[in-house]
Amino acid sequence: MSQTGFDRRGFLKTSGGMIFGTLAASSGALALLAPSRTWALELETMDAETGAAVLRVTRYIFPHDTLDDAVYALVVKDLDAEGAETVELLTTGVASLNEAAGGAWMDLPPEKQFALVAAMESTPFFQKIRGKSVVSLYNNELAFAHFGYPGESFSKGGYLHRGFDDLSWLPQPPESASPKAM
Amino acid sequence: MTQFAKDDDSVVVVIGSGAGGGTLANELCQKGVKVVLLEAGARQTPATFINDEWAAFVQLSWLDMRTTSGSWRVATDFPNLPAWICKTVGGSTTHWAGASLRIQEDEFKARTTYGDIEGANLLDWPIGLADLEPFYDRAEDKMGVTRTHDIPGLPGNNNFKVMYAGATKLGYKDCHTGRMAINSRPRDNRGSCLQLGFCFQGCKSGAKWSTLYTEIPAAEATGNLDLRSGSQVLRIEHGDNGKVSSVVYADADGAQHQQKAKVVCVAGNSIETPRLLLNSASSMYPDGLANSSGQVGKNYMRHMTGSVYGVFEEPVNMYRGTTMAGIISDESGNDPDRGFVGGYEMETLSLGIPFMAAFLDPGAWGRDFTEAMDSYPHMAGMWLVGEDMPQESNAVTLHPSDKDAHGLPVPNVHFDDHPNDIAMREHAYKQGSAVYDAAGAKRNYLVPPYPSTHNLGTCRMSADAKDGVCNQFGQTHDIDNLFISDGSQFTTGAAENPTLTIVTLAIRQAEYIADQMSKQAV
Repeated sequence: MSQTGFDRRGFLKTSGGMIFGTLAASSGALALLAPSRTWALELETMDAETGAAVLRVTRYIFPHDTLDDAVYALVVKDLDAEGAETVELLTTGVASLNEAAGGAWMDLPPEKQFALVAAMESTPFFQKIRGKSVVSLYNNELAFAHFGYPGESFSKGGYLHRGFDDLSWLPQPPESASPKAM
Repeated sequence: MTQFAKDDDSVVVVIGSGAGGGTLANELCQKGVKVVLLEAGARQTPATFINDEWAAFVQLSWLDMRTTSGSWRVATDFPNLPAWICKTVGGSTTHWAGASLRIQEDEFKARTTYGDIEGANLLDWPIGLADLEPFYDRAEDKMGVTRTHDIPGLPGNNNFKVMYAGATKLGYKDCHTGRMAINSRPRDNRGSCLQLGFCFQGCKSGAKWSTLYTEIPAAEATGNLDLRSGSQVLRIEHGDNGKVSSVVYADADGAQHQQKAKVVCVAGNSIETPRLLLNSASSMYPDGLANSSGQVGKNYMRHMTGSVYGVFEEPVNMYRGTTMAGIISDESGNDPDRGFVGGYEMETLSLGIPFMAAFLDPGAWGRDFTEAMDSYPHMAGMWLVGEDMPQESNAVTLHPSDKDAHGLPVPNVHFDDHPNDIAMREHAYKQGSAVYDAAGAKRNYLVPPYPSTHNLGTCRMSADAKDGVCNQFGQTHDIDNLFISDGSQFTTGAAENPTLTIVTLAIRQAEYIADQMSKQAV
């Protein structure tokens, strides 16, 4: 049994692809968090071509122009981790995009790529990526850094002494409405 | 820890450990009554709470299968999550924001005040403000509500500063940092607020009142509390005399146990409470327990809600500090000239990036959505919460085919907005936007209702047994030793956040139960 398990893992390992990227020079806060400017995502089940296409589709669904591909890759990673059924849905969906493109969808100009993605809005393919992205894309420290949301605060003592009331571009409320901190 | 025998038929069994059940259990234990407190969820501590929206959601929320129907948008966007409430020791007092407002005198007389509203199943409460005032006072003291009992208000955060600036420019007079069950100074062996910004995720500093670390340990210290967490009650059983006699619950491993009881108090929140009564149907009570009126599960209310997020040129960083940091109460009265009856409150609210993505405009995609997300640090947010109309067709019912892990029908939650709810929401969106416009907003986002946090009314109290499920003490009209002890009792919803009233009713109910027990009347 253990031999079978090993074989299966080995099969899955080699069946998945790998996608790579380099952090853009404009990545700002993200670059500070990243250990290196290059990144690679090893996929368990999805092939590299599908992975790259899904990443691009995700960019059209939630377009943040200055958000690095490395963050979008986290969506691909989470979709890949869902297993064979999801990967098949995505592989078939990318094939549909290629078919509609009359060739490689990835090679089309951006406006045409977008139009073909938008036309798939009601499909399970599109909705799977949208539904996963709306969680995965916005629930990681790289995204937090990009959007200016620090996340966890307890270990830093909260914001009592770190600017909870530092807004100064509006008049200060009177103490009757907003007493001083004790 | 105290343990009572399962065949001890002298105990009071309380089902649910939140605002209603947790408080009731403690109040009874303080009077020397033996209580078995059954809680479906696990026990956390402030140390195990997580400053992470999704992780905390999974840790604390009630995620058992539920279904939805009706025209409310939640049924489309979150078909299996009608309510954002908790399954954990302390119930939804772990998650609540802390706003503690008394219901207004007129609101207790909703039918009299508003008149005959077509499609609404309005009824006056069998009690008024005067009946509850002494108990409100005790609840506010117990919970340490700011701006009561000489407790100072909390300091306002950035989100409040925006609200206050807009409110005063608009001419609103009643805007401040609220009456909050969050310590503004150390009290009751709990510290003061650290402005963590994670009120909804369980307060890691313990500054916010929760039965988890106030009522429940106080009850345990009496030696009269046997708290069994991971214990989901499946049905309530009765004897030949029609009185309830025991409950059957499943432990965390799924093994079933029977606990005998002298009195049973149900506080499972307004979805599970009616579900349990309906799932306990017997040959004597074929429509479910305490349901001779047919009102069990009916008149489900969730408050009229919605949110406005304003975007400003300068940064706000609304996530810093208390989630509900201030309130405007000017719209909370009944002024039918606005085009609707009842009133609403405007309360600051903040979501982190993960939940902003989930709730801003569920199902949305594309540039409009991402532009909103990109403006996050420049956003201020407020929640609109007002009275919704009770409607008999808005109901918690048993699903005809879907079953839970124990083989019991899952609850279906049906909801349609009443025209009054829609008119109020439109007015509230307009006024909320006006507040932010007055403070200089570049644009506003009108955000639809989240899954329900204020679930009310499904076992309502009534003077007449034919109109409701329980009397003014939460005692069911049909069965003397069966009580409703949570927000299900609410006859109408009122505009105010309901927790303070749930706690108040629990304190009052404990006096009544102890008195009835001493007279051997139950």
